[in-house]
Amino acid sequence: MKCKGFAHKYGDHIDTDVIIPARVLNNPDPAALAAHCMEDIDKEFVKRVKAGDIMVGGLNFGCGSSREHAPISIKAAGISCVIAENFARIFFRNAINIGLPVLECPEAAKEAAMGDEIEVDLDNGAIHNITKDKHYVAAPFPPFMQKIITAGGLVEYIKNKRED
Amino acid sequence: MAMTMTQKILAQKAGKPSVVAGELVECNLDLVFGNDITGPVAIGEFYKMGATKVFDPNKVALVPDHFTPNKDIAAAGLAKTTREFARKMGVHYFEVGQVGVEHALLPEKGLIKPGDAVIGADSHTCTHGALGAFTTGVGSTDMAAGMATGTAWFKIPEAIKVTVTGKKQKHVSGKDVILHLIGILGVDGARYRSLEFGGDIAQLTMDDRFTIANMAVEAGAKNGIFPVDEVTLEYIAAHGGNKGVAYAADPDAEYVQEVVIDLNEVPLTVAFPHLPENARTVAEAEKMKIAIDQVVIGSCTNGRIDDMRAAAAVLKGRKVADYVRCIIFPATQAIWKQCVDEGLMNIFIDAGAAVSTPTCGPCLGGHMGILAEGEKCVSTTNRNFVGRMGHVTSEIYLASPAVAAASAVAGYICGPDSLE
Repeated sequence: MKCKGFAHKYGDHIDTDVIIPARVLNNPDPAALAAHCMEDIDKEFVKRVKAGDIMVGGLNFGCGSSREHAPISIKAAGISCVIAENFARIFFRNAINIGLPVLECPEAAKEAAMGDEIEVDLDNGAIHNITKDKHYVAAPFPPFMQKIITAGGLVEYIKNKRED
Repeated sequence: MAMTMTQKILAQKAGKPSVVAGELVECNLDLVFGNDITGPVAIGEFYKMGATKVFDPNKVALVPDHFTPNKDIAAAGLAKTTREFARKMGVHYFEVGQVGVEHALLPEKGLIKPGDAVIGADSHTCTHGALGAFTTGVGSTDMAAGMATGTAWFKIPEAIKVTVTGKKQKHVSGKDVILHLIGILGVDGARYRSLEFGGDIAQLTMDDRFTIANMAVEAGAKNGIFPVDEVTLEYIAAHGGNKGVAYAADPDAEYVQEVVIDLNEVPLTVAFPHLPENARTVAEAEKMKIAIDQVVIGSCTNGRIDDMRAAAAVLKGRKVADYVRCIIFPATQAIWKQCVDEGLMNIFIDAGAAVSTPTCGPCLGGHMGILAEGEKCVSTTNRNFVGRMGHVTSEIYLASPAVAAASAVAGYICGPDSLE
């Protein structure tokens, strides 16, 4: 599976409070959450984002609260995958569980700039920054996690297991 | 193979004689819990999985503590979803009037014991490692899978060993210790790792330990854990009495990093905006005369009886400064009642503080103490991220109850000894 879109670039330690503030968590509807995604650090994000776009972060992306609303809001905003130098563990786990692809690739994350056109091949972790004409490869997922991803998230994975 | 405390618990729960860091295991869970924000999302996913009942109603808890008492109509709907599911499934549930902040309430009710493996759909689930259990925060989908199957998968973490030495100085509490430690490690210094505490911990009260383990996640840790000792057993005897299984790390267990915290050298500490790693000494902050608008004392980090007593000791016979709001949140009904019985409530009210029923409210910018544009708050909570407690230009300074109370009286950030 391939994703292609423009980069929305952010810095280190992007926390789940800025991804989706608690004041809007009273409505967990994905579309309602998407309307407020990133608004505390980037008011233009929701206006700028187009389906398929790619979010790029630095170190420890998604730190803080365990709110699954954070990856849900990013996915519902149209982001096809998140590339970061690395991720906070709960966010990483939540993203995999809800079927939002997350790739760890320090070089690709550092070198990408806001608005760069990026193509990602999720099957092999190949990242192509088209604007800069540079190629990278993200760290592969452990086989166990790949099974959850292939199933389309933890819900489907558990469902399949129950049916076995 | 030598193992850490965390590794031993996970090995036991995975039914394996031993595990190594990096290994993926599936573990049986002793408790799965969530709150009124994460619970409703988990309930939706639970049904999507095709589940119809929870694996064991005695091992599932729903604690509506975040937006309760219901802050608005939408939040009331979330609380209702949580309540109806709890009632239908017969799981542990605590209604307003009995509810407390989950990470203060669950140990008080004896629902977590040493040696347990626990997941909670709240990042501060790591709090319960203070009891010698493996407890970690997850999202709603993991909670749903946990409720349905009684299991969760984990990557066996590496560990950082934190050895406590020396003696705690005057007014210094668990909060100063953990802010100091996060200042050393950074907000991602323990990412994916266990923080395993040891050394001269006898002087750390149970409440100190809960505070320290609570903020392990603010260093990125998967869990924080204390060994079981007399202090733990005394707490357990008073709260349900189930001693569980005490695990100790093997003497030759491997650690990726070792940190020694000499308590003689841990000062009163405050974390400046906008990251918990921005630790400075209170003495340094005091020189800057940072005028404040609000003080919050409470939360899963610092809403326990030690915290209430520390705040009361400072507020006794004093008044909150003009134009400063001081809001105090005992974390559970039992702590609230104890505040009444010990006369702390009178001290708070006489000082001009507002005292609220238990809620997570202000800590996450939910309700009950939201900050306006440009306002500054000294808070005993755990996060000082941009916009966490209100307007994006507001500022949060994280500190202990003693420092927060002193700051409320002075109107600027200071320690208790600086008050007249």
